[in-house]
Amino acid sequence: MAGTDRHKDKPAASRRTVLRAALAAGGAAALGRSALADAGNPANQPPNVPDWTRNLGDGVAVRAYGKPSKHEAHVIRRDVEWLTASRESSVSFTPLHELDGVITPNGLGFERHHSGIAEIDPADYRLIIHGLVDKPLIFTLDDLKRFPRVNRIHFCECAANSGMEWRGAQLNGCQYTHGMVHCVMYTGVTLKTLLDEAGLKPKAKWLLLEGGDAAAMTRSLPLQKALDDALIAYRMNGEMLYPEHGYPARVVLPGWEANMWVKWLRRIEVGDQPWHHREETSKYTDLLENGIARRFTFVMDAKSVITNPSPQAPLRHKSGFTILSGIAWSGRGKISRVDVSLDGGRNWRPARIDGPAWDKALTRFYYEFDWDGRELLLQSRAIDETGYVQPTKNELRKLRGVNSVYHNNGVQTWHVHKNGEVENVEVS
Amino acid sequence: MSKCLKALALSFAALLVLTTEHGFSAPRQDGKKAAPPAAKKTGIGREATAKEIEGWNISVRPDGRGLPVGKGTVKQGEPLYVERCASCHGEFGESAGRWPILSGGNGTLKGHDPVRSVGSYWPYASTLIDYIRRAMPFGAAQSLTNNELYAITAYVLYLNDVIRDERFELNERNFMSIRLPNQPNFIDDDRESTEKEFWRKTPCMTNCVPDEAKITGRAQIIDVTPETGKSPKVE
Ligand code: HEC
Repeated sequence: MAGTDRHKDKPAASRRTVLRAALAAGGAAALGRSALADAGNPANQPPNVPDWTRNLGDGVAVRAYGKPSKHEAHVIRRDVEWLTASRESSVSFTPLHELDGVITPNGLGFERHHSGIAEIDPADYRLIIHGLVDKPLIFTLDDLKRFPRVNRIHFCECAANSGMEWRGAQLNGCQYTHGMVHCVMYTGVTLKTLLDEAGLKPKAKWLLLEGGDAAAMTRSLPLQKALDDALIAYRMNGEMLYPEHGYPARVVLPGWEANMWVKWLRRIEVGDQPWHHREETSKYTDLLENGIARRFTFVMDAKSVITNPSPQAPLRHKSGFTILSGIAWSGRGKISRVDVSLDGGRNWRPARIDGPAWDKALTRFYYEFDWDGRELLLQSRAIDETGYVQPTKNELRKLRGVNSVYHNNGVQTWHVHKNGEVENVEVS
Repeated sequence: MSKCLKALALSFAALLVLTTEHGFSAPRQDGKKAAPPAAKKTGIGREATAKEIEGWNISVRPDGRGLPVGKGTVKQGEPLYVERCASCHGEFGESAGRWPILSGGNGTLKGHDPVRSVGSYWPYASTLIDYIRRAMPFGAAQSLTNNELYAITAYVLYLNDVIRDERFELNERNFMSIRLPNQPNFIDDDRESTEKEFWRKTPCMTNCVPDEAKITGRAQIIDVTPETGKSPKVE
């Protein structure tokens, strides 16, 4: 390796990394760190000339597949161990507080597996379409790639995102409270194209989507959605899907709950009624206070969250010019406006949307203001093009109770302390 | 223009002609829906054989469609369940540790701590046999014979007081006689009518709530956020 002799700054640098990682993970370690982390190593700073300015660095293709700087090693998916009994049936969360813009890098999108990651050899990949069709078909991966392609950028959100917060503030960090969402560009073939190829029988009304993992994950999909905007995707952000996201092919259902976006797709059955399988009865049904449960709640309601500052990303200055940053999205269309409040929802002002505000995609907003150093109660609320306004958590609870698990899109409150630390709270 | 760019521009022009000729312009993300891909058959792929479909088609529906041929009694199911399921789900379906619960919870759905089990919550017995067949035992999916599948399903229904006679033999012919009590308590998504109030013409901007905001709950008090040491290791 080049430059083994150039790490004079190692103690300071590694200390900084450790501190940043602690901060990123816990948020509670925020105090007292900022001055140190900002100081760095004077030997690398003007008027001195650091080693990286004197010595050669790695050549090309040494890093044949690039990855982020070692100083960003804390920017990773994280899980909450107490949530589930095994990592094969569990979830890891997108580090939203470490990202900007609207696209999630392929290695950071949250994972939810029901029986671990299926490692599929593309040569053995097969997709079968059968049932109420004129001609049952079987496709290889190369076959799928021969069909006309489309590119779409969409958010993918688990219906259980923020599900731990129904009864009150629980987890300190937007990675944990809101990190079951990501947004990438998918390349693939429309499901309609494949169904046209097989030819639908007149009685066709529902599809069963089935994965090739050890859970053989299934969901019933209304035909209307399949013909409207559903995709069978094999690429994300230009690359082939990562194994944890369904390599080599998955379903994409813009605006609908992620559980239906079956990964490792192996079979599509066309039928005349839903299958009422485990993931649409035992799970992904929303129990209301009166004991009645809603089923087939496919659409993700409009939602937003301030990603910075947030518990894992405290404010490091005491006062002065300050940027709030966050994301908003809606399963019903485009985000038309995002408002922010600094006083726990008493007064609101429009945030500035920057970058694309696409249909059913993450949308980035900012709010710049002069912080007087006093405590803040930060909130954001998304408004979509249908006029839906993101409700407060209490408004949601009034209509649904607290037993729903799924579809918690209530307004999030962050309490910014005078020292810049941030905490997940609920307000009156 | 460089040679390279010129070639690119040319091929682009050719592409434009091609796409319009074949009508392969799909709906676009900017909301403008262009014509969807041509419904014309491409001939890509081949016909799936009945045998291929049979090997993968394992789905069962509430109307009994897809039920495999087989049979098993509650009594036959008990030792199989104890051997292959109880280590995670508990001897009586009560769950061993943090694994999912399979029984109990009757009458809890309206309470503060609802227990959603096969007996208390699930609407259809077909869901149970379908799910066990495709995904259980966890880590050895699709390893049960059809007779074992019926026996274990019968036993889980017995643990839930849905089947009460140990000698009862479940098979593909009598399966449809099994009813789960909570079936009537599911409704289709009605958010767009029951939650109409969330569509607001003019969301309030100033003095929206009387009195200053008071903090009513804090995550730090509950303190369940993972710490650094517990997070996945990075090399
Ligand atoms: C090693 C532990 C383990 C064993 C053994 C096991 N299961 Fe499971 N079971 C699980 C896990 C984990 C899940 C949830 C999977 C997921 O996340 O989708 C589950 C889910 C289930 C469910 C759905 C529960 C619900 O509320 O939705 C049923 C029913 C079930 N198992 C039945 C069985 C049967 C029957 C057997 C024996 C043939 C069995 N399991 C063996 C771990 C296990």
